[in-house]
Amino acid sequence: MENHNYITHKTKYMNPYIAGLILGFVLLGAFYLTGRGLGASGAMKSVVVTSVETVSHEKAENSAFYSKYIADGKNPMSSWLVFQVLGVLVGGFLSGALSGRLKLTNEHSPNITSHKRIVMAVLGGMLFGFGSQLGRGCTSGAALSGMATLSLAGFVTMVAIFGTAFLFAYFFRKNWI
Amino acid sequence: MGPIIPINEISQELNFLIAFVIGIGFGFALEQAGFSSSRKLAGMFYGYDTTVLKVFFTAALVGLIGLGLLNHFEMIDMSIVYINEYYMNSAIIGGVIMGIGFIVGGFCPGTSVCAAAIGKIDAMAYLGGSLIGIFIFGETYPLWKDLYIKNYLGDIKLSTALGLSDGLMVFLVIIAAVVMFWVGEWAEKKFNRPDITKEI
Repeated sequence: MENHNYITHKTKYMNPYIAGLILGFVLLGAFYLTGRGLGASGAMKSVVVTSVETVSHEKAENSAFYSKYIADGKNPMSSWLVFQVLGVLVGGFLSGALSGRLKLTNEHSPNITSHKRIVMAVLGGMLFGFGSQLGRGCTSGAALSGMATLSLAGFVTMVAIFGTAFLFAYFFRKNWI
Repeated sequence: MGPIIPINEISQELNFLIAFVIGIGFGFALEQAGFSSSRKLAGMFYGYDTTVLKVFFTAALVGLIGLGLLNHFEMIDMSIVYINEYYMNSAIIGGVIMGIGFIVGGFCPGTSVCAAAIGKIDAMAYLGGSLIGIFIFGETYPLWKDLYIKNYLGDIKLSTALGLSDGLMVFLVIIAAVVMFWVGEWAEKKFNRPDITKEI
């Protein structure tokens, strides 16, 4: 049965406040166990650094950016965040499977083509990937985890991300509504 | 006494297993909330679906209040807990670039992993794009290095910056979040789009 949630026996997504509570306890658990919150872009950086190093070890060693993550024979894939993001993949899949949402599909507004949606998704990903490096973390590592510790960086990053998205929303409305 | 892992000797295998289990909880919560749908995430910026606001701030409040209570009952050593370093220029400019990426791409890195896991092709494209973006940053790093390390203010807290106690700051954040929840509920009624919410 499509979209049947075997946990709640409802076809919809979970109540957002309850989902937020669960996410909050996962975040708190991460802090209690490791002293750090959640993250995602750090794992992606590990993938990029490892790829560059595999192609050319010398290049990675001589780069001011990549060399930080491979110093002293460190393996960037052998990191907490990489395993955490592998968990996200499994957790997302389990949730989708339980709620009948496993489906190979390209979600987009009826006002744009499937092709355009893919181009925009790649462009948006590039911007976010770049910005997460400059901003030292993404929505989870910088904004959410940062806010939980009352860090100024967390609040500033949160306001910058959401505020900018609001400011530019009008120009991209066709992509979404 | 927490944080457990930095205080106790713990094998790397167990450490990574814990990371994996926490990740499962993270991914599960994101997907159940509907963060695996780009149109639902983008709904935040048009008012028709403010799930992002509700989930994000509920989670932040649980983290904030939870850490405050753990600290109060001396169950966690807050001197070991990581507080994000604040480099003013790069945090603001990086955040602005991420914001544009959000409205163009419809995901952030964490939600794209979760959406790709259930078969969203746009999320897989976004994920590929984010790897390219990180690679571009790595390749052009010397150009941004000065900006990256400019105006370093340390691991400063919002409460310290405003000259308030942590307790009062937490209270103000709770008030702000409740006001935003209220605005979110109001916006969803005002900007309701049954055609979209039915699809997602």
